[in-house]
Amino acid sequence: MIRSLLSGDMPRSLPLALILGGILICLALAPFLFPGVRTVDTAARICIFIVLVASYDLLLGYGGIVSFAHTMFFGIGAYGVALTSVHMGRGFDAIAIGALAGAGLAAALALLIGLFSLRVRAIFFAMITLAVASAVAVLVSQLSGLTGGEDGLTFKTPRQLGPAFKFGKEMFDGSLFGVKLNGKLLAYYFVFIGATLLFLALLRVVNSPFGRVLQAIRENDFRAESIGYRVVYYRVAATCLSAAIAALAGSLYAVWLRYVGPDTVLSMELMIDILLMVVIGGMGTLYGAMIGATLFVLAQNYLQNLMGAASHLVEGLPLLPELLSADRWLLWLGVLFILSVYFFPTGVVGRLRENR
Amino acid sequence: MSAAPEHAPTMAQTTLAERLGPYMPVLLVPLLALAGFLAIMNPASWLTLTVSGLAMGMMIFIMASGLTLVFGLMDVINFGHGAFVSVGAFVGITVLMTLGHMTQAPSLMLNLGAVLLAVLGAMLATGAMGWAFEKVIVAPVYGHHLKQILVTMGGLIVVEQLIIVLWGPEEIYFNRPEALKGAITFAGAAIEKYRLVAVAVGLAVFAAMRWVLRRTKIGLIVRAGVENGEMVQALGYRLKLVFVGVFIAGSALAGLGGVMWALYQEVITAHMGNHAMILIFIVVIIGGLGSVEGCFIGALLVGLMQNYIAFIEPKAALISNIALMVTILMWRPMGMIPVVKAK
Repeated sequence: MIRSLLSGDMPRSLPLALILGGILICLALAPFLFPGVRTVDTAARICIFIVLVASYDLLLGYGGIVSFAHTMFFGIGAYGVALTSVHMGRGFDAIAIGALAGAGLAAALALLIGLFSLRVRAIFFAMITLAVASAVAVLVSQLSGLTGGEDGLTFKTPRQLGPAFKFGKEMFDGSLFGVKLNGKLLAYYFVFIGATLLFLALLRVVNSPFGRVLQAIRENDFRAESIGYRVVYYRVAATCLSAAIAALAGSLYAVWLRYVGPDTVLSMELMIDILLMVVIGGMGTLYGAMIGATLFVLAQNYLQNLMGAASHLVEGLPLLPELLSADRWLLWLGVLFILSVYFFPTGVVGRLRENR
Repeated sequence: MSAAPEHAPTMAQTTLAERLGPYMPVLLVPLLALAGFLAIMNPASWLTLTVSGLAMGMMIFIMASGLTLVFGLMDVINFGHGAFVSVGAFVGITVLMTLGHMTQAPSLMLNLGAVLLAVLGAMLATGAMGWAFEKVIVAPVYGHHLKQILVTMGGLIVVEQLIIVLWGPEEIYFNRPEALKGAITFAGAAIEKYRLVAVAVGLAVFAAMRWVLRRTKIGLIVRAGVENGEMVQALGYRLKLVFVGVFIAGSALAGLGGVMWALYQEVITAHMGNHAMILIFIVVIIGGLGSVEGCFIGALLVGLMQNYIAFIEPKAALISNIALMVTILMWRPMGMIPVVKAK
């Protein structure tokens, strides 16, 4: 059963299987294992980022295409849900319509960009997506009437997903293992199940014949074309698919945060984070996305404090406190990023599978 | 013996469109200026906008030319090119600010001297940085586009953060040297002096670049390298060395562009290179990756377009550039002047 759920893509390494199992169990039981507002929030972010990074890996790792517009698609999904929730009122129908519209729009945009750039050369794609993504980010902050501008949009999700909603009073006396049964718990599981389904769907895609062709194109596009596969079609299809799934992940994020803004869903920093997660976890395997996203979000939440502490330690020395301050987090990420591309191109997963 | 087949040569005259075809990219610039004139219908503002569009285009060209040559020569796409723009701007402006007594003096010579020193400093710094960037970041990933994009992007982040470490996270405002302040009035249109200077410098750089590429031995090697690198190597030229030289020159030009851009905006931030990068990419794609002339025309088009649209409908300015790029790619998928590779 597990084999068919994972579409035959087994971890193929004992330590890797253990780590993945650990991550899965921790995420599935996060509200019970680590009760607390901040930890549950971290867990939800990890779930969403796993999907987002996995969908990016479909492009980068499997398709060999670099895109800088992935946050744009993520943002489209998030804004889709936000806009429908604002204008249609709270409700699951608003979320569903917003998510579907966002995914549709993201796929359509990806189709357009892909047709323009991928038919010439894959390298155009990276440059054009960078330009389009920044234009969209500017547009979103300028069209403040529609999108709330820099402030973003705050909206209400269905009552069942909010902390005010209580359930299970008669059966469990309102709490289970000391955890209050409220809408926030439901919202977490909404995110968790949504993310799991999307991840499994992605696994299905990359292990299908379509995914194999993508890998073939990544390895040698000329040869793939000569065997008879239309490289452009496959690349464009991968772009659209990955955009749609990124948009759905964005919708989940919006439902979880009940807020969207250019900084949280559209920023270039987010794009860099995604790139880093893919590279650290390992390109070309979706399990890499799982490990990369988990490591990264944990590090982001907890390591930054550590850096702040380290910068206090070296206070008084020239330049060092500046270099170590928590605001310079990106600097070290950049260094780590370059080093991992050079010395660690297969990421954590690749290393674990090697040492089998 | 059969009769010779009928032979009736037709001397069809080539149509005007056919004859104009090859010059179309060059003609686009005046055409766009004309369209702008028709849309604005006010000669004075049109002149102001055209000059500032040309100035902006020249600056983008200076920044972008290195990128396009580097790509043409070695198939290396440098996403970190924007870092040179930022570093150039910061170094140049720091030099200018330390020479405050020279820039504030009303003497033209002193002012120009300060600017010249600033430009020299910036170009030296970015040239050296380009050399290091090539050695450390780009050299290990030759022939691997995906890794190049990732690694140079990482380099951009690191440099940007280092700028923040060294100069602080705040924007730095400053004043242009006295001689470059103010505007002259011509036919009822106010034209900032600095923009004229920018246009002149841009033209000079373009002319110098064309001269080097077309008239000198080194230019010959570079052009041959763009067309067929292996053949040039087989003839005994160390193309790798030429490439490093071009990379350094391109970085130094990006630094020059950075100083000019900073003087134009009168404010510098660590992210300015990143923002410039977007325009640079659009220009390079429009022009055709690897082509200096295409880059020049593309930059002028983008500069003019941005200024006209910003005047008519401010919010559409950035989108207009994307629209321009899309239109041109529909017309010529490889860019306006595609570089022919003999492979």
